[in-house]
Amino acid sequence: MYQSIITITLRPSILDVQGKAVELGIHTLGLTGVQNVRIGKSIHLTVDAASEEEARAVTDEACKKLLANTVMEDYSFTVTKV
Amino acid sequence: MSASKLKFGVVVFPGSNCDHDAYHAAKHVMGHEAEFLWHKEPDLKGADIIILPGGFSYGDYLRTGAIARFSPIMKEVISFAKRGGVVIGICNGFQILCESGLLPGVLLRNRSLLFSCKHVLVRTEHTASRFTNAMTAGDILNIPIAHGEGNYFAEPDTIRSIEENGQVLFRYCDNFGEVTDASNPNGSVNGIAGIMNAEGNVMGMMPHPERACEQTLGSVDGRKVFESLIDSFVTQAV
Repeated sequence: MYQSIITITLRPSILDVQGKAVELGIHTLGLTGVQNVRIGKSIHLTVDAASEEEARAVTDEACKKLLANTVMEDYSFTVTKV
Repeated sequence: MSASKLKFGVVVFPGSNCDHDAYHAAKHVMGHEAEFLWHKEPDLKGADIIILPGGFSYGDYLRTGAIARFSPIMKEVISFAKRGGVVIGICNGFQILCESGLLPGVLLRNRSLLFSCKHVLVRTEHTASRFTNAMTAGDILNIPIAHGEGNYFAEPDTIRSIEENGQVLFRYCDNFGEVTDASNPNGSVNGIAGIMNAEGNVMGMMPHPERACEQTLGSVDGRKVFESLIDSFVTQAV
């Protein structure tokens, strides 16, 4: 078994309005040095696969076809044996 | 299609909430046939026009429209559209059409971060489409919006190509028909409120024409979308 941890964020060229709003909130805490807040998703999967390579391929397909919309989002993931 | 009546198929996903409005507009206001199509049944029941209605299919989980796009009926809708069948997506329906690849681009979170529910004005860009042929170019329609993710976005190349191909049908505008930043309720690129595919048989729009078909609802401008659709079949049949 393998565990995939996927991170999905809006592409850098897209204004992350949610991130902007949260950044304002952080600044009102007095933490004025914080910049470039981007909000994304973290998705964790357990994959039953024969090899790490296969687990990577399955994760990649799930990301491409459903978990991320590459028109607006980037994704990356790590795969570890569990 | 029977002698003179068109059949509208209104897809019902778990979480659709404008399905009855669309059904009512098609059947009781426009006087045509309408039937609900449950998303689990891969059967369009001979509909001439498919409507993907507004709502919050699958609770908007993951991304708006992302899960609905995999409902069994969507396979049929996609193959119907690829054969030239007429499909319109309103609000959440527009989001589903983008997720399924039938329309280019994507709908992002409104730039205000707020759910926006109000009447807006949209300008008809041209009338050379089956969705706008009952209007005149520049017609200003008063139609409500109700969405949190209506901020149309696509890559600059895609925007250029849909603009050049005349695929942009509606833009948010002010009282004078000017597309201004102040009249843009969600931050959409170029004020885009509705587009069609390059083939001209699939259309998506964020405003709700089905909620603007009777005077008691404050506007009858939405009827023009339905009239255009119906006219396009009549013209084709002649």
